[in-house]
Amino acid sequence: MTAVQAPPRAARVAPTAGLRKPRRYGKALVYLALLAGAVPTLLPFVWLVRSALMQDAQMFVAPPEWIPSPFQWSNFTEALTAQPFWLYFVNTVIIAVISVLGTVLTCSVAAFSFSRLRWRGRNLTFAVLLSAVMLPYAVTLIPTFVMWQELGALDTFIPLTVPSWFAGAGGGVFNVFLLRQFFLTIPFELDEAAYIDGASPWRVFWTVVMPLSKPAIVVVTIFTFIGTWNDFLGPLLYLNDEEKYTLSLGLASFQSIYLTQWGYLMAASAAVIAPIIALFFFLQRYFIEGVTLTGIKN
Amino acid sequence: MNKPGLSGQRRLERRWGVLMALPAILGFVIFTAGPMVASFVFSLTDWQVGGTPEFVGLGNYTELARDELFWTSLSATTYYTLGAVPLVLIVSFAVAMLLNQKVRGLPVWRTIFYLPTLVPAIANVVLWIWIFNPDFGLLNSLLRQAGLPAGQWIYDESMAIPSLIVMSTWGFGNTMVIFLAGLQGVPRHLYEAVSIDGGGAWRRFWHVTLPMMTPTIFYNLVVGVVGTFQVFNQAYVMTEGGPNNATLFYVYYLFRMAFRESEMGYASALAWVLFMIIVVITFLLFRNARRWVYYEMAGAR
Repeated sequence: MTAVQAPPRAARVAPTAGLRKPRRYGKALVYLALLAGAVPTLLPFVWLVRSALMQDAQMFVAPPEWIPSPFQWSNFTEALTAQPFWLYFVNTVIIAVISVLGTVLTCSVAAFSFSRLRWRGRNLTFAVLLSAVMLPYAVTLIPTFVMWQELGALDTFIPLTVPSWFAGAGGGVFNVFLLRQFFLTIPFELDEAAYIDGASPWRVFWTVVMPLSKPAIVVVTIFTFIGTWNDFLGPLLYLNDEEKYTLSLGLASFQSIYLTQWGYLMAASAAVIAPIIALFFFLQRYFIEGVTLTGIKN
Repeated sequence: MNKPGLSGQRRLERRWGVLMALPAILGFVIFTAGPMVASFVFSLTDWQVGGTPEFVGLGNYTELARDELFWTSLSATTYYTLGAVPLVLIVSFAVAMLLNQKVRGLPVWRTIFYLPTLVPAIANVVLWIWIFNPDFGLLNSLLRQAGLPAGQWIYDESMAIPSLIVMSTWGFGNTMVIFLAGLQGVPRHLYEAVSIDGGGAWRRFWHVTLPMMTPTIFYNLVVGVVGTFQVFNQAYVMTEGGPNNATLFYVYYLFRMAFRESEMGYASALAWVLFMIIVVITFLLFRNARRWVYYEMAGAR
């Protein structure tokens, strides 16, 4: 229905010409291009780390220096004790873990229902739920805030965690879509065999489908974890008490308080970034595989 | 369970099906549909927090049309979207093509290009304030060393949005990953067909890769436009909408109206206008897509 552009058709030239070409030249170009891209990508990080390890005086010299001398490790300890960053870290982890658990559990249960159980109105319901993905968050922002205010849940973690136990609510429905796509690739014969053995749908979900869906679950886990870890607007709206701050809020208030102490600020930023980079480095293989397997492209 | 055979199984599926979808359905009602209706009702009222809402009909909307800052924020946001989306698409497509080659140390390359996406939004903003610093920032330091004129970046009215566009391009990782997934789905045999017919790299790209990737490009385009229209963090932490309202992005203006000025009714009207703008843009994109998005399966279904 939508195909207008003709399928690719190759021009007919001499059939055997140019099949083998010198490859080395092209490969070198690829590496060169990768390197050319990697330098500007990494430069801000290098700049961050070098600034985090410098005394303010060295930071502000006219031709910039790249190697700190001496290495000002105390920036880290002082920045991290100037504010209760450890507390912010714990708060952020609590919110992230509760959100990831809720999202993974309720989204996969829903995805199972929408892909492998037959019930009337299923497809229509799914289409309606999915429409939430397109809704700008600004539309639901104010009423949701008012709702939590009325329920007396301001300044608690409730507004930041409870929605994830409803299949991520709003834009989180994308996870249901992603998991459903993946579940559809698992052979249905497995379910049927289990049902013949007297299994309940929950059992089929938990012992057949879930163990086969690790790559998709890893993707949802990482997306949700990063999303919660990086969330700024949510904590900004709902948390007032500094005891309850997340890392994002801590860093933002740090920025305004310590405007002049760049070394501290850079050290604090580096400390906030480090854990998430470590997490990704260990999970990145599953991540790329998972994204490929879930077939996001369609 | 009592009834044997298919009908028992059907009943089981129906009961469990609704039960298992229930959290998602409730989530939609409580956190999407309900707030949507409420937001629209709010938008028809003059309502300050603490006071009683007063019905004003479309008053907020007509006031919006006359609000200069509304138009400022709309044009700033449009400018940002028009700059950031194409740039991110091109850069992330190019890098995805490179990462789709058989190169050594692939996990390391992938991690490098994905790194900026992992940086928490606020750490990102703090980092770039430092990079854009006119006196001691990375950008001006490099420019001076190269003997080029330095700029004021986010502190200059005309440079502020281009600066933020450059900054947003740095975080192209998510778009790239989706392109990478798409590239790995392009059937090998099509490339072989081109090679057998004597086509080189350029032909393979133009006649196979690009047409097969149009659905992925389209997906990233829509997601990108919808996303950039809702930009907030940079304006809040970095520029506070300045200088001289140059970066007064739409959602930041809305936030200010709702949570600083407590004008919940007016802010809700802003939200609904944004919603309608996004609906119209998406509709136009989808209609336009028919001309250039190529679906392999289109005939088969």
